[in-house]
Amino acid sequence: MSHKKTINVALIGNPNTGKTSLFNELTGLNQKVGNYPGVTVDKKEGSSKLQKNLKAIITDLPGTYSINPTSLDESIVLKTLLNSKSEKKSDVIVVVADIENLKRNLLLFSQIKDLEIPTVLAINMADQMERKGITLDIKLLEKELGNDVVLLSVRKEKGIDELKKAIVNTYHSAKAFPLCNVNNRIDPAYFDRLKEINPNYSIYELWLMITHNSFPDTISREEKSALLNFKNDSKNLKKYQHKETIFRYQKINEILKNTYLVDRSKASDLRSTLDKIFTHKIFGYILFFAVLLVIFQSIFDWASLPMDLIDAGFANLSSYVNKNLPAGVLTNLISEGIIPGIGGIIIFIPQIAILFLFISLLEETGYMSRVVFLMDKIMRRFGMSGKSVIPLISGTACAIPAVMATRNISGWKERLITILVTPFTTCSARLPVYAIIIALIIPDQKVFGVLNLQGLTLLSLYILGFATAIIAAIILHKTLNVKSTSFFVVEMPDYKLPSFKNVFIDVVEKTKAFIFGAGKIILSISVVLWFLASNGPQSYKDVEKNITENVFHQQLSQQEINQMIASSKLENSYIGIMGKSIEPVIKPLGYDWKIGIALISSFAAREVFVGTLATIYSVESDDEDITTIKQRMASEINPDTGTRRFNFPVGMSLLVFYAFAMQCMATLAIVKRETKSWKWPLIQLFGMGTLAYICSFIVYQILS
Amino acid sequence: MTTIASLQIGELAYISEESLDEIPLKLLEMGCLPGAEVELIQVAPLNDPLYICVNGSHLAIRKETAAKIKIIKAK
Repeated sequence: MSHKKTINVALIGNPNTGKTSLFNELTGLNQKVGNYPGVTVDKKEGSSKLQKNLKAIITDLPGTYSINPTSLDESIVLKTLLNSKSEKKSDVIVVVADIENLKRNLLLFSQIKDLEIPTVLAINMADQMERKGITLDIKLLEKELGNDVVLLSVRKEKGIDELKKAIVNTYHSAKAFPLCNVNNRIDPAYFDRLKEINPNYSIYELWLMITHNSFPDTISREEKSALLNFKNDSKNLKKYQHKETIFRYQKINEILKNTYLVDRSKASDLRSTLDKIFTHKIFGYILFFAVLLVIFQSIFDWASLPMDLIDAGFANLSSYVNKNLPAGVLTNLISEGIIPGIGGIIIFIPQIAILFLFISLLEETGYMSRVVFLMDKIMRRFGMSGKSVIPLISGTACAIPAVMATRNISGWKERLITILVTPFTTCSARLPVYAIIIALIIPDQKVFGVLNLQGLTLLSLYILGFATAIIAAIILHKTLNVKSTSFFVVEMPDYKLPSFKNVFIDVVEKTKAFIFGAGKIILSISVVLWFLASNGPQSYKDVEKNITENVFHQQLSQQEINQMIASSKLENSYIGIMGKSIEPVIKPLGYDWKIGIALISSFAAREVFVGTLATIYSVESDDEDITTIKQRMASEINPDTGTRRFNFPVGMSLLVFYAFAMQCMATLAIVKRETKSWKWPLIQLFGMGTLAYICSFIVYQILS
Repeated sequence: MTTIASLQIGELAYISEESLDEIPLKLLEMGCLPGAEVELIQVAPLNDPLYICVNGSHLAIRKETAAKIKIIKAK
């Protein structure tokens, strides 16, 4: 047998078994997130040194209770396992189980064994055995299962070396035989005929291909149609699956009878005490809203300082590059396209990282499942699931990770509605826009002595976002005709203290995924916008000459002339032409072509609005300070009326427009990826756009 | 008909053999098997979902699912 220097190892296990902790322990920060071919779920891979000269590429498969999938996450596990004959197959599979739920974990183990892939069983949380009154006879269990078993305590960093040794041993011995031989117990004649189709596959593999319509590339067309013939009797399929599961549990009970003992009198009741508080009819909700308040408060308080620093840092970098590199197109591309583009991504990191930190903490402790439990009935009235709460909360930082967080919702309709309404929640990109407009139109004064009027307006916009999401969900729930069977089951894991290492790695990985996922789109749109703003037809090229000639006799400083040139150039650039061409459409909302340009640029990311207006009003880039832009915007006059351009009606109309419109290409791209069709992102784009247009129109017309 | 949905908080029962075909595969796989002991731990506000402990697994399921699973109450 040939011994490669690198082997493929897959980690598979139930959720809440510490599988990801083990992955982190084995690979450290040597991780990367890639994509599974053809599907949208992130693939987590990392490398680990097993022994001298032998390295493992470790894949962390999504947590699942069985290989029969009910959600997108879980279908990956099946697809990966069925590709056992391909190049990228797993050499060894490590099934991670937790000691407390060993029986249920062994179900998954028994399924994996029947695929006839070399397997190691790693039983985690061994340090909890005594506290939970559990005794386990490892030697006997190994004998009964005919498989290597390793006891682990990932949190205490115990058993990792033993696990590595077991992986190496299993890889060399390449033992692989079924544990349950399910076929003999259900309908031997049926399964014997099945086996004849392709004897290279185990019966269980062929059976899974039939029940889940999931065929590896190595299956020929004839074989596939033969397998599909077996499917016809769908009533029997379901019955056989039920029988299979019962049989597996019988076998597991038999094995555990003499090896695994639980003394229930020793079990602690901390869990039930905490459950009584967290899921209480009144305190449960009060606590949940308190948690939300703390999260939002922290996002604002903790993130504002780093965000200001990042903003200032990139503005300085931009002007530094502009001054110190030789003038030319390339320098402009770097200083006006690429640097602000990257800055526009980096600026979101503080808020997003803080949000991920909280979500990770809530998930690690086990509290998130209680929130799902509390909120399910309420969310169902809106056509969503209790699991939709997590995406909706995440949406307040950024819709992109929020849309990705919907993957564990098993009902397609519930998931789709959650994806469609999430962009209504007030994401962090809307904040700079809200901030400047509120500062322009709402007086900075207190009402009732304590509440700041500007703060109150911001709060109302948040409530508006949530309320619209809910109303949209209700409408979609009533109108969407989507076939979907929703099935809801949530495990309520035991409460745990979060592990610092897990939370840290989780936050780093998710933030990285955001930067590289959304970042690419934001950056490329920034560059396109820069091109559109710095190029134009002949009239654009003539700007400099015309202005210099025209103002020759006037007493203007060089700075004023430069500002006039910049402003006029923008007016005659491609983007200026675009802004002017949409002016008739947006005029009823109270906007002119300059605001039109800002609206178009906002498709890169909404916060670009502020920067674009700064350029349009030719504020020098080295003092791109909000007060200067604000003053400039405040003094802008509407030539038709002779009053301020950013008066109360226009400001309110803009606030409403930004609250409702789908102005984020990155989110549209993610929605396309997650729903596998352009239909839904287009519905979002036009649906939300129409709503924004109508509401802004009404607001402006009533107020002005 | 006695189902999980008709349990009182803290009450114990056994899942009846006759509901085998009614139990979704996923729940079976999570330990909700005929003959298994089931206890209702908590009911969410608005009376749905139900938080049960079955075969040692702590699960939250919706009332509509619970109403399909017949039980025999423990004496």
